[in-house]
Amino acid sequence: MSDKAIQQKIVEPEELFFKAKREKQFITGSEAVKESIKRANVDMAISYPITPQSESMHLVGDIYAQGYVKDYYRGENELGVMSAVAGASMGGVRVFTATGGQGALRAFEMFPTWAGARLPIVCAFFCRGLNSPLTIQPDTIEIGLLLDTGMIILHAETAQDLYDMILKAFIIAEEPDVHLPVAVFADGFFVTHTREMVEIAPEDIKLPPYNPYKSPVPVMDMETPPVRQMRDPFVMKSNYVSYACHASWQQEVRAAAERARKHINKYLGGLLETENEDAEILIMASGTAVSQSRAAIIRAEAEGLKVGLVKLKSLRPFPKDEIKALAKGKKAVIVPEFNITGWLAREIKSVVEDNSKVIGAPRVFGGMTMPPELILEEIRRRSK
Amino acid sequence: MNNKIYEISPGFEEIMPKDYRDLVNDGPFGKKLGVKDLGTFKELLEEHPLCAGCGLALSKRLILASLPSPENTVIVGTTGCSSLSFAQVAIHNIHSIFGNQNAVATGLKRALEIRFPDKTKDVVAMGGDGAIGDIGLGMVMHSWFRGEKFTTIMFDNEAYANTGGQESGMSQKGAVLNMAPTGKKYAKLPMPEIARDAGCVYSASVTPARPKRLEKMVRRAVILARKLGPTYIQIYCPCPTNYKFKPSESLKRTRDMEKSGAYQIKEYISPAAEELIKKFEEVK
Repeated sequence: MSDKAIQQKIVEPEELFFKAKREKQFITGSEAVKESIKRANVDMAISYPITPQSESMHLVGDIYAQGYVKDYYRGENELGVMSAVAGASMGGVRVFTATGGQGALRAFEMFPTWAGARLPIVCAFFCRGLNSPLTIQPDTIEIGLLLDTGMIILHAETAQDLYDMILKAFIIAEEPDVHLPVAVFADGFFVTHTREMVEIAPEDIKLPPYNPYKSPVPVMDMETPPVRQMRDPFVMKSNYVSYACHASWQQEVRAAAERARKHINKYLGGLLETENEDAEILIMASGTAVSQSRAAIIRAEAEGLKVGLVKLKSLRPFPKDEIKALAKGKKAVIVPEFNITGWLAREIKSVVEDNSKVIGAPRVFGGMTMPPELILEEIRRRSK
Repeated sequence: MNNKIYEISPGFEEIMPKDYRDLVNDGPFGKKLGVKDLGTFKELLEEHPLCAGCGLALSKRLILASLPSPENTVIVGTTGCSSLSFAQVAIHNIHSIFGNQNAVATGLKRALEIRFPDKTKDVVAMGGDGAIGDIGLGMVMHSWFRGEKFTTIMFDNEAYANTGGQESGMSQKGAVLNMAPTGKKYAKLPMPEIARDAGCVYSASVTPARPKRLEKMVRRAVILARKLGPTYIQIYCPCPTNYKFKPSESLKRTRDMEKSGAYQIKEYISPAAEELIKKFEEVK
């Protein structure tokens, strides 16, 4: 295994993503993470346990032991890990980590720091409910809290999505006109701990290495003069130049995320996917709420109700123009979510012209599964 | 060692700022200069915004003059008074968030080892007592437990100076400061001993009133970290602004603190470090 690993051939991203013959494996979401990192030519991975993420980083540790990753260790806590991956990324290597739920919030201060420093870190987040009361069960409330950190945010529905999104996230993150962290979210347990058929590329090929000299901000290695302060300019002074520096830098970070659209379109086939988008009623969802919606739509069709589906893959950048156009002339837009706050419905309402037709329901949280019947009831109610 | 990294691209000599040209022509890069040469070369810290009489500014100037290989050193700083003067330091330096300097330095050092396996890249984490002794203590100690190969330097002004003079874990017992209105209730953290016990192969405390001693300690710490593991230096940085003494009295106060025993010069050297020190100090 390890001999084979170190003999991986570097191929172009297009080859790995689209041309190489894929093999089907019946694996969990956590194993899909391992399979993507195996082919991602990752230099360093740093881990810290939290349910439901732990298994994925155990498996990344296993492939480090086999020689697929150059450095790996267990950090002291989530803030320590997110700080260390920042240090590694500033040092010019490709890094990966994963966390979720409370762990993500413990490390929160680093996420806007990653984006502000234009670090192309890829981090997987496996969502879980937040205190209080304590729960380890799936719940996507953390996505709503992380939406405005400046990171690019993708939301996987399945283990297949997770495999593809993580692998492609490195290439999207490292594009010189983007060069931002990419957060790949998946719903804990529903995706991490369940098995499905996943099509994966051969394990003897991998992505080209990260080239830190293509970064739009100089790498922190003392090889690239002139001297750099990360992040430059240092804007703590209270004067107009400082305000302007900070403001323009923040706008540039957001603009860089917008520039990621073309790369997301190229590698992920669009920021969203649609099915029967001509129907009068549309369901818009992300993550496993999409799967539950599919189940509801099959039942609705059996009752003669026509319903379209919009699966949001990218939440940052947000597909606002696409959503606005899709919602035009519709009777209702149903947004089922696995959280109490309804952040996705809020996002969609902010871009749809007549937002009174956006239905922020059904919502389940605290780890409950979402019965398709709840979505079906909503469809019936809006079809009248 | 790549000593030519600061060379100006041909044709750009005239348009580069004077400070930059001075750095290329008269900077210390690759020249093995030290504290005794201060005043004869373009220094790595200039025109900083710290207060008059700041012990931290003096200490930082001395540290930068003592680095054995500034052309291959990256500094990881953190929030505090020291961060205000990093923009004026002519070495790549990172400011991330408050207290996480040792975690950032861990990732950076390991990354540089992957990218430059045949080069010596020094990483030095620098922060105040609040960052190293309080908010970041967990991350600091874990970098030591893990045996990370970089140096940690604490600017110890015995308070949170940048936020207006609050008590820190490194303040002396009884000190009346903001947030300790009736005096600090517990003793100064024994950081040199904590560092020694947590795995630092070299742990020292010093004051800027002893520049040669400070230089020797910085050189030892940085060189030992390359080969053996984590090293720690704590430098007393008197703060005239928050401890309310005249800026001109900083060094006098430093000497008084030493004399009374309130601030002790210490040096803990592991046996392996002792052996290595003999080798590199003999060679010199």
